[in-house]
Amino acid sequence: MRRIDLAIGIGGAAGQGIATPGDILARIFVRRGLHVNAYNAYQSIIRGGHIFLTLRTSDQPVLSHGDKMDVLVPLNQDTMNRHLKLMRPGSAVLFNSDTIKPGVIPDGVQLCPFSVKALAPTIRGDLVQNTVALAAVLRLIKVEFETLEAILTLQFRRKGPAAVAENVGVARAGYDHAAAQFTAFPFALPDAGKRLAFFEGNQALAMGGAAAGVRFYCAYPMSPASGVLHWMARHARQLGIMVRQVEDEIGVINMAIGAAHAGCRAMCATSGGGFALMSEALGAAAMMEIPVVCINVQRAGPATGVPTKTEQGDLWQVLGAGQGDYPRIVVAPTSIVDCFKLVPALFNLVDKFQCPGIILSDLLLSEGRSSVDPAEVDFNVPIDRGDVIGLNGAGPPVNGDFKRYLLTESGISPRALPGTPGHVHVVATDEHDEDGVLISDEFTDAHKRQAMHEKRMRKIDAVLPLLPPPEVHGAADARVTLVGWGSTEGVIREAMQQLAEAGVAANNVQISWLVPLHAEAILSILGKCRTVIIVENNYSGQFARYLRAETGIVADGHIRKYDGEPFMPHHIVDGVTAILAGSTKLYVPVHEIRV
Amino acid sequence: MATMAQTERVRVTVRDLKGKVDPDWCPGCGDFGVLAALKQAIVELGLRPHEVLTVSGIGCSSNLPGYLNTYGMHTLHGRALAVATGAQLANHDLKVVVTGGDGDGYGIGGNHFVHTMRRNVDLTYIVMNNQIYGLTTGQLSPTSIKGMNTKSTPFGSVENPINPIPLALAAGATYVARGFTGQQKQLVELIKGGMQHRGFALIDTFSPCVTYNHDNTHEFFKQRTRKLDEMGHDPTDFHAAMEQGCLWGEVIPIGLFWRREDVPALDQLEPVLGEGGPLARRPLGVPADVAQALIGELM
Repeated sequence: MRRIDLAIGIGGAAGQGIATPGDILARIFVRRGLHVNAYNAYQSIIRGGHIFLTLRTSDQPVLSHGDKMDVLVPLNQDTMNRHLKLMRPGSAVLFNSDTIKPGVIPDGVQLCPFSVKALAPTIRGDLVQNTVALAAVLRLIKVEFETLEAILTLQFRRKGPAAVAENVGVARAGYDHAAAQFTAFPFALPDAGKRLAFFEGNQALAMGGAAAGVRFYCAYPMSPASGVLHWMARHARQLGIMVRQVEDEIGVINMAIGAAHAGCRAMCATSGGGFALMSEALGAAAMMEIPVVCINVQRAGPATGVPTKTEQGDLWQVLGAGQGDYPRIVVAPTSIVDCFKLVPALFNLVDKFQCPGIILSDLLLSEGRSSVDPAEVDFNVPIDRGDVIGLNGAGPPVNGDFKRYLLTESGISPRALPGTPGHVHVVATDEHDEDGVLISDEFTDAHKRQAMHEKRMRKIDAVLPLLPPPEVHGAADARVTLVGWGSTEGVIREAMQQLAEAGVAANNVQISWLVPLHAEAILSILGKCRTVIIVENNYSGQFARYLRAETGIVADGHIRKYDGEPFMPHHIVDGVTAILAGSTKLYVPVHEIRV
Repeated sequence: MATMAQTERVRVTVRDLKGKVDPDWCPGCGDFGVLAALKQAIVELGLRPHEVLTVSGIGCSSNLPGYLNTYGMHTLHGRALAVATGAQLANHDLKVVVTGGDGDGYGIGGNHFVHTMRRNVDLTYIVMNNQIYGLTTGQLSPTSIKGMNTKSTPFGSVENPINPIPLALAAGATYVARGFTGQQKQLVELIKGGMQHRGFALIDTFSPCVTYNHDNTHEFFKQRTRKLDEMGHDPTDFHAAMEQGCLWGEVIPIGLFWRREDVPALDQLEPVLGEGGPLARRPLGVPADVAQALIGELM
């Protein structure tokens, strides 16, 4: 049973310092072993606008940022105006009454005003209200003051004892004010004992790369993928990873390919626009048979699109990236832990099959944050570099010329790293013969082209058996099967719980490995399902169309969202209800104005 | 032991550097001269085929790695410098030579050209500059002279060409030279100098196209080129290099415009590389205590 389920919203303009109280709260929660999910709705502006952080905690796993808000901390009038009307009975709103006025107050909402001027008359600066609000929130959920005091002491230690004393003093005033004036929640924040970690998907992807043995990472800054670059850059020297910021994404992928050819595990990350620039080179990696991993953190497109908003709109871009047919492996992680685990798994595959690998994340997953059991983040992963010669600088003796693209039954040819004696060869983006010599334009070489093309393409046949087939989560005979891919797993599973409470049995098939696709396994699962509804964060049903192309399955209904904000659980519940009632086959939720 | 290793080192000959196939360049193409000069430079430097990686883009001249018995990468149009940068940083024991044409390097690859120079990556970049697109049968290139008639400018080009020499000087290249395939001995020396130079070396080389460029021919350059060392040029004088690099007319200087050895190459500046041999050969994996610390940051 869930003992607590508490969602805190902190909103204000960019530059008002929302992140710090958010981080402090999250840290307090995970240090008590509570689960946390955080989603920050922000804008691509430097100062101003409206930023809204939702931080949800529970003693049970938190699958999404949820539907409701229990505590609202508006740091400006705008946030108060937008969000107060959405607050429900039993919730509390904490605000600086010097500058913010509440307006119309919904029934059962506790207003918790505090005056910064009264509580901290001598201290200047806009951030004081954040500290007061933070302390007051903690008092409402009965967290002892010493916890906050310890964190503030650590945080302001570098600024000297005066700064520590000042901030602790302000916090104390806020805490005492809340104790005297506000009604606390009917629970005390529990302590589960076991500490959890708290991080975002981009950090998980970067750490997954480190675990996989990435030695070369390069990128061009692009939201929402830059978090991977930042983690890599910060840890580059500690981990012996070469990190480069390149002039553009074309340079990024080509530089990664060069490093990979020389023998490094090489990785890069970008978003859809940068990925578009990389397309040609991904085909080049496949043609030269060089293993490289590229992460596409999707944001709402097309073009510059909605840079700080989420979408699953790049599936077809990734499926069709680059000219011609070539082998590629594509995977979409379904959770933050999955982000970590899939990177080494994908590296082992691309090394074995000597082709590019693509990870499809999105803003929700990459910039969303979640509590994670540290035991799940195991850096000691199996590493398999495949059939590669010269990793230690030497190679076996070669009888005659080394054939880099030897025609083999599996399609996998021996790969030698430059610098290895006796294995000199040229790799080419033009079509080539077994020895690497170009054959692309010669009329007489059609059969050679066919043989080499088939060699490359048949490698992928052996990939599928290595990928875990999709499974049904929940009761097999459920009334509704919700099919999703990638980041929507958490919110779909929470929607399943809500549907169960409403008497509708639902299960979930969440697809992670997209290319190659376990088409037969999916067909066999979905063939037995009663009502198949596909849930995805795009306009055109990109996965629904892919599934139909690969399996012939036509879903009974679709729930799609493409306004830039992620699904909330009730959006899916409402969609299922509408589709089951027969009122529509395509349900598009209207996002509540929370941002 | 060192002397043992040296005596064991088999001397490589030009014949050893012959690739698996013969060039398909037009008879009389300047690129033959560049290929010959590069082979000669490798021989004279005592490098063995597996120690050299030749990276190219796409174009007539970018076919060169296929005609040379070293490790090679025939990459995409315009991307050779980016790929070569990755390879050089991943294995800084390799001697990485980049070859290509003016369209490949100064046109579609222009962005990488500028940034590779400012980074001073330890590469030797030989551009076979024929001032025309040959493989695509004769269109305007970024170095085609103003007024030139080509298939894409049938009434004469109105655009100004790029002059790669001052561009390279301004962008921070630390070895800037211009060769001419009609001056083989000098070209060999310039390539050798570039390969020995620790940093980015540009050797822009007049390599006339006998099929599509009837303006800037072998004869054109033979009449106009003058060797910088014979003109008393000092390659450590930046302003003189700029001045000579901008000359284009009755006298076109060839030779070494600029060289500085006081700027470390990118791989020398990279702390990650300071800790051991080539990155590509280092063991993978994160030690348990480091992994613990990484997770600890997130607790």
